[in-house]
Amino acid sequence: MIRIGIDVGGTNTDAVIMEGKRVVASVKATTSPDVTTGVREALAGALKQSGVAARSVDVVALGTTHFTNAVVQRRDLAPTAAVRLGLPATQALPPMVDWPPDLRDAIGGHAYFAHGGHEFDGRPITPLDPNELRKIARDIVKKKIRTIAISSVFSPVNTEVERQAGEIFAAEAPGAHITLSSDIGRIGLLERENAAIMNACLRDLSRVVMGAFRGALDQTGVTGRFFLTQNDGTLMDADFAERFPVLTFASGPTNSMRGAAFLSGVRDAIVIDVGGTTTDVGSLHKGFPRQATVAVEVGGVRTNFRMPDVFSIGLGGGSLVVEEKPGGKVTVGPRSVGYRLTMDALIFGGKTLTTSDIVVAAGRAKFGDRSKVAHLPPALIANTRARIMEMTHNAVERSRLSSEPLPVIVVGGGSVLIDSKIGDLDVVKPEHFACANAVGAAIAQVSGEVDRIYMLGKSSREEALADAKQKAADAAVAAGARTDSVTIVDVEDVPLAYIPGNATRIRVKAVGELAL
Amino acid sequence: MSKKPTKRGTIVRAKSKKASPGAKTGGGRTRKSAISARASAKFAKTAPVKMIDVADLDDIAVGGAILGTGGGGDPYIGKLMAQQAIRKYGPVRMIDVAEIRDDDLVVPCAMMGAPTVMVEKIPQGDEILTAFRKLERFLGKKIGAILCAEAGGLNSTIPFVIGAMTGIPVIDGDGMGRAFPELQMVTFTLHGVSATPMVVVDDKGNSILLECIDNRWTERLARTATIEMGGSVLIALYPMTGAVAKKASVRGTLTLARRLGEILRESRAAHTDAIAAIQSKLNAATIFEGRVTDIARRTETGFARGDAKFVGVDDYRNHTYRIEFQNEFLIAERDGEPIVTTPDLITLLDADTGVPITTETLRFGLRIVAIAIPCAPQWRTRAGLALVGPNYFGYKVEYRPFRARA
Repeated sequence: MIRIGIDVGGTNTDAVIMEGKRVVASVKATTSPDVTTGVREALAGALKQSGVAARSVDVVALGTTHFTNAVVQRRDLAPTAAVRLGLPATQALPPMVDWPPDLRDAIGGHAYFAHGGHEFDGRPITPLDPNELRKIARDIVKKKIRTIAISSVFSPVNTEVERQAGEIFAAEAPGAHITLSSDIGRIGLLERENAAIMNACLRDLSRVVMGAFRGALDQTGVTGRFFLTQNDGTLMDADFAERFPVLTFASGPTNSMRGAAFLSGVRDAIVIDVGGTTTDVGSLHKGFPRQATVAVEVGGVRTNFRMPDVFSIGLGGGSLVVEEKPGGKVTVGPRSVGYRLTMDALIFGGKTLTTSDIVVAAGRAKFGDRSKVAHLPPALIANTRARIMEMTHNAVERSRLSSEPLPVIVVGGGSVLIDSKIGDLDVVKPEHFACANAVGAAIAQVSGEVDRIYMLGKSSREEALADAKQKAADAAVAAGARTDSVTIVDVEDVPLAYIPGNATRIRVKAVGELAL
Repeated sequence: MSKKPTKRGTIVRAKSKKASPGAKTGGGRTRKSAISARASAKFAKTAPVKMIDVADLDDIAVGGAILGTGGGGDPYIGKLMAQQAIRKYGPVRMIDVAEIRDDDLVVPCAMMGAPTVMVEKIPQGDEILTAFRKLERFLGKKIGAILCAEAGGLNSTIPFVIGAMTGIPVIDGDGMGRAFPELQMVTFTLHGVSATPMVVVDDKGNSILLECIDNRWTERLARTATIEMGGSVLIALYPMTGAVAKKASVRGTLTLARRLGEILRESRAAHTDAIAAIQSKLNAATIFEGRVTDIARRTETGFARGDAKFVGVDDYRNHTYRIEFQNEFLIAERDGEPIVTTPDLITLLDADTGVPITTETLRFGLRIVAIAIPCAPQWRTRAGLALVGPNYFGYKVEYRPFRARA
């Protein structure tokens, strides 16, 4: 099977071609404002390098930060109506209550309450009122709003009212984009609703961007199946992704960690991804990134996405190196020359001392002009390298889950900074380390997840767990997994605090290989 | 009267222009003055009062989570509700219990039920107001001051919701100095205060007035009602006089919560050690620093209970630790020996960020610092220990008071 992995970042677009488990080409291109050009160049470059014919590509998997950036930068967002079902409950906090005002304004801040919703045990709060919804729909149409997000209380327990409401809105506002919160998120009304609203406001953009991606594939003659990677590092079909752009948020760190695991063949490890300005550190458990426990904010909005537990330190290939006094203490970062490395660093004829200058001066890497750093005193070089290793060591220790000597996998463009063991831990620098992101996309699997509350009075714990596992496996197959490859990778079973009666929240995730 | 559900299809447009957190002067402020008229008049005279504003709630919520000792629920929803109310009606006065008059009617309030339900089924918004009005009507007296029932977890924020809505001052104190799972587990019980008359109100506008023979019966009946009403309700209970509140409350705990949050925020901004700062400024000590090696959760008695095992790191590396929990962390053991027990506070903080860890977010591999804070002295009495000591929770462990080095 031939797969192409593409990572469209803010600065670079990377592409790799994989034949089975072998990387046969890896190319870096510059991300273009129109998206298409950069992707086309990276694709064409990778095809040329590998000699693989465009028509023989089976799968294209693409990771992008485009939608995250649109929200962070508040651009290209469509006016959106948020409709919440649950009256009389939930009025204390209207939709978008915890959003930064500028983002709320960017999409118009249109919020509606209606009847509906469920209790935690599945009883309805109030019945859905179709006339009420039609009235809201007419108001939305009158305001010329074309995207609608619907959230209902406890919709992860019962999706029915969101579906019914969606049908009513589809009938009253033909052609409108409708996002149901139960298709996106977990328990936690505000967070799930936030994700649904962000998804809705990205729908116009997703049509354009997905069109650009498809255009790039067409222009290079690639005909394989097309997927995008989502925030847990698994794949979604391009048509699905067009409807759920919000699920691409933060897929980058996951892809790079999965890519690192794949390239090194190590499944339990600490991964450090060294970029130009920052270094991301996270840990891999059985080949998957460990998930964050706290709520993750995107563009200032609280979500409950499945995000990897990654933290960043201000160390990268462009980090500034400052000496307190000649021969004295050295500070590295957090300021960085960033994308201006090839203009500002000493080795490129600039005037700023960066970490890249130090490693070139030390003879640990060959790029730029080494003669421009020949004058650097050995003490400065030694002190800076020691400081870099100290920062890395501290970061790795923070991510370490046990005293077991797990290896550290180093990936990313700035990997040259790391050139020895980190504390007592061995360092693995896999081949193609600079394109770990794209590799992570290329090898991604398919997943399904369930998150709901079960009443253990009505069924036994075993029955409830079996039911949740089956539902998660079914969801993975529905997302494109091969039935016989689906395995349950994560089970969480947490009883609800403070209410007796054996209500328990069960969360199960299943993953499988892509069916072709 | 309970407000009927808002008109069907009501349009609520988020008003960003209204978001003026610093608004000290009351332009456009529309307090519901029926309840507050007397309170405002009286406190105009008193010495400098602390005004709790939007930003203070961020700190109180974090500190409340620390005092939650692993339970009490995430204060996020309560914090947002209080901040909404403050933006709409203005800041809340927080007063010392000594400032109230002996014959004032003091009423504690709280959310009751599962915090996991509340993050999904957010309150309607007028529940506590309804509860207060019903209680006032039943008692034939206006409420003079609001008391926090539980300073740990989400209930640290609830008094400020009703405080902002009514203009009634909030007393700096509570009935626990931490979080506990049952309604009778408050210092008020130790002083013979009855939990009833108590009003339970749900999101739909249903309300129940309870009059019970003792506080354990109130717990049983109110808990059953809570589940029927959808697992998350708001309550007003333990009505008492100012004179009783002066003896029966744990003082200064809301300021403590605010201070804890402030320390965490400031040390994070200055990139200094948050945990060390908390300990140096408070009467707290590290029990151990370690990593979670195992978690077992059980539900045999209804309440979420279980235990977590840890391996010590750094100075604590030669020991193993275990913490028993039932909604909150209750017993900490070193190498099989109990070293800190309820009612002293056992709080777990994320070793990197100082963020409090709850029994629900505790997971394998997490690196934590376990700290202990001595409980309110009232709990160390025989009656106090009978109510909330290790034996009450089913542990065959004797309570030994924990003393911080400081």
